[in-house]
Amino acid sequence: MIPLSWYLFLSLILFTIGVLGVLIRRNAIVIFMCIELMLNSVNLALVGFSSYIGNEIGQMLVFFVMVVAAAEVSVGLAIVIAIFRNRLTVNIDEINLLKW
Amino acid sequence: MTAQALVFFILAFVSIASAILMITRANPVKSAIFLIVNFLSLSILYLTLSAQFIAIIQVLVYAGAIMVLFVFVIMLLNLQDEKRLSDRFDVRRLIAFVIVLLVFAEIAFGLGKSVSGRFLKPAENSVEIGKIEFIGEKLFTNYILPFEITSLILIVAIVGAIVLAKRKFE
Amino acid sequence: MHRYIGLALLFPLLGFIINGLFGWRIKKEKIIGWFGSLTVGASFLVSFLIYIELIGLPSYERKFIVEYFNWIKTGGLDVSFSYLVDPLSVLMAMVVTGVGFLIHIYSIGYMHGDRGFARFFAYLNLFIFMMLNLVLADNYLLMFLGWEGVGLCSYLLIGFWYDRPFEKMTTSDAGRKAFIVNRIGDFGFLIGLFLMYKYFGSLNFNTVFSIANKLQVGDTTVFWITLLLFIGATGKSAQIPLYVWLPDAMAGPTPVSALIHAATMVTAGVYMIARSSVLYALAPTTMTIVAIIGALTAVYSASMGLVQNGIKKVLAYSTISQLGYMFLAMGVGAFSAGIFHLTTHAFFKALLFLGAGAVMHALDNEEDIQKMGGLKDKLPITYKTFFIASLAIAGIPPLSGFFSKDEILWGAYSQGSFWLWLIGVIGAFMTAFYMFRLVALVFETPPRYGAKHPHEAPKVMTVPLVILGFFSAVSGFIGIPESFGVKNLFHHWLEPVFEDASAKLTFETAHSSFAEFLLMIISVSIAIAGILLARYLYLKRMDIVRNLTQNLSGLYKLVYNKYYVDEIYDAIVVKPVTWGSEKLLWKFFDVKIVDGAVNGSAKLTSIVSSVLRFIQNGIVQFYAVVFVIGILIILWLIF
Repeated sequence: MIPLSWYLFLSLILFTIGVLGVLIRRNAIVIFMCIELMLNSVNLALVGFSSYIGNEIGQMLVFFVMVVAAAEVSVGLAIVIAIFRNRLTVNIDEINLLKW
Repeated sequence: MTAQALVFFILAFVSIASAILMITRANPVKSAIFLIVNFLSLSILYLTLSAQFIAIIQVLVYAGAIMVLFVFVIMLLNLQDEKRLSDRFDVRRLIAFVIVLLVFAEIAFGLGKSVSGRFLKPAENSVEIGKIEFIGEKLFTNYILPFEITSLILIVAIVGAIVLAKRKFE
Repeated sequence: MHRYIGLALLFPLLGFIINGLFGWRIKKEKIIGWFGSLTVGASFLVSFLIYIELIGLPSYERKFIVEYFNWIKTGGLDVSFSYLVDPLSVLMAMVVTGVGFLIHIYSIGYMHGDRGFARFFAYLNLFIFMMLNLVLADNYLLMFLGWEGVGLCSYLLIGFWYDRPFEKMTTSDAGRKAFIVNRIGDFGFLIGLFLMYKYFGSLNFNTVFSIANKLQVGDTTVFWITLLLFIGATGKSAQIPLYVWLPDAMAGPTPVSALIHAATMVTAGVYMIARSSVLYALAPTTMTIVAIIGALTAVYSASMGLVQNGIKKVLAYSTISQLGYMFLAMGVGAFSAGIFHLTTHAFFKALLFLGAGAVMHALDNEEDIQKMGGLKDKLPITYKTFFIASLAIAGIPPLSGFFSKDEILWGAYSQGSFWLWLIGVIGAFMTAFYMFRLVALVFETPPRYGAKHPHEAPKVMTVPLVILGFFSAVSGFIGIPESFGVKNLFHHWLEPVFEDASAKLTFETAHSSFAEFLLMIISVSIAIAGILLARYLYLKRMDIVRNLTQNLSGLYKLVYNKYYVDEIYDAIVVKPVTWGSEKLLWKFFDVKIVDGAVNGSAKLTSIVSSVLRFIQNGIVQFYAVVFVIGILIILWLIF
């Protein structure tokens, strides 16, 4: 049988890749996708725990994470569209209005 | 190496490779495609954990709905490719890379300390709790309040998205 | 009934709120005035019903504590809004609301046409509310609330006509003076309370007095407590050395002078000492100080009253002098005599002030008695009531002032010393003299008011005068001395309140009816002498008066200018304080140090932030990197 730690390490690797993506990519949409990747890696860890501990709480949490992710994506992409309409770019290095 | 381990390694390899490819592609459409691959491999991983319902939802919601939204938006905005990765690898990104490696090392260290030697195999009832019947029952009894609140969140998100994305009235 | 004592406080508060908030909307003066008056009337009715209830009980049961709600509860300090119903507090409540009610009604006529009509009634109602808090409180802190509250109302009402000139200043300056001088006294009062809390561990009357009952006479801490409380009393009740505010307080409307600066508020100090009689009985030194200060004030301010020309000024000095008598009574341990004089004084002094108000009303606010005269026929009711009140204050039997003043003098002789009595009698002579000088110059000499057409005040003003006149005449009969072979009802009524204190004060002198009668005859004849002298000089031989003032012009000027006390205070207290405040505290400490520190810290912040703002470069990913660094640190701390 596979121990839980394997799943957790896989989850960690995916999470780290997601963080790296958020930090180095410039395209706002791709950054968004990286965030989705991070959420999924956490979901993996949650499902793993759920089935190894033997209760349903982890899976419930995953369900709700998905709902929130869906809501977040719809609002976030709307924001991206609004920004693009105003600035004609989604490159976040150029969207630096909030500075001194 | 058992068959289960083999399956796990294949899936793990696919998901990690697709994730790395996703963050390194200059074209956002390609990134989106690799992300879908990643989601699908995760979905199968859920199945190996006997979480059937979550696996289905993963395909339906993520790979189906959310990623379609992404692709739509990418098409809608008609973006150009980013510059190549090597061109934009400045000092700040190097620092970010180092920091991320440190975070990885730290969490790996913590994980190794806390779960090594424990949770060697799934719980007896793991098949039971992954079933849609069981989850459905819990969702409409114990978790009814959060479940109803999610509908509120979705409504707000839809209204917010419309307000943000629509063109201003002249 | 005693459980509804809160209603007595609630009605005036209601009047204050409604008149204060909506008075400017209600255009009809009648509604405002009668509403304000009736709230006080209702409050009088409540007090009266409680009085009836107390009468029906045996004397040792006449004490209730009615607790409404907790005010402060922190650590060892536990203060409630709770009221004490006992013979003394009910008596005070009845005096305050009763006289207050009549003066409210009088004000409807007096303040007619004033643009601050509603404001005036709101302040008066607030005053009654605060005064009731003062006299009904069952702990010192609630009493202090009332104490400060009446001080506030006094300030507001002295400066009521804030835009009118008054002597060398404006009325609001007079209000400020009253407020600041009172503040000095209140400071002493407050320190006294702190000391009391430290020593007794409580501010409740019951707790403090029951602990005090077990202490030895001559306790040092109690001496300091009582002395500090007495400093508070000298401020509020205008005794030497803090009396200077009261003459200036006459800048306010006359009903205010009658209610606050004669009948009720200024007696708060006397009430406070009577209430704390147990503590004072433990501190003979303080008692002596109180008696001496009282006697000195009585004769000192009476001497100033002799030569003043403002009708209200004379009455103001007379008030200070009469308060001196009350303190004299307190100081020699004749507590109920002091309260008795307080009660009768409230009637006749309120009457005198209201009469003065009626005169001023008739003469377009003329205050100078040298421009009056001959009003006897024009203002018959005012004249008669004023005359009765003057007789009462001079101490002519059988009017009320005779009984109360004589009891104080007897107390001063039998429980104090011959000298205190002598000072008191000299004061009584002066009192009789200046009062009848006033009567003669205002009403009986030939008219000097020029082309004005004086007319009697409306009914709404004269009816209170008549009622007060009636009480000034007869209220003395509730306290006929025992020497006449009848029971002294007033003493009997207050006995339960003062029995603890009286037990501590032992006097070896036997009660001698003969001595008492003798002293009575002496003081009455002296008062009559004063009256006759005043009438002789001012009605028949004005030339003597003129010669005297010219020959003794130095002395005359000294007294007329109030012994230059205001100027002395100005030179030794006010000037140094203003100089210190301006040059040292303002120009140096405030500008250089306080402002310097404030501006310096602002400058430092802006320098540091002008460097740090470059962190805010607007690149979200940079923020995210910092964020991840934070996670790194937190994880490092966890593992």
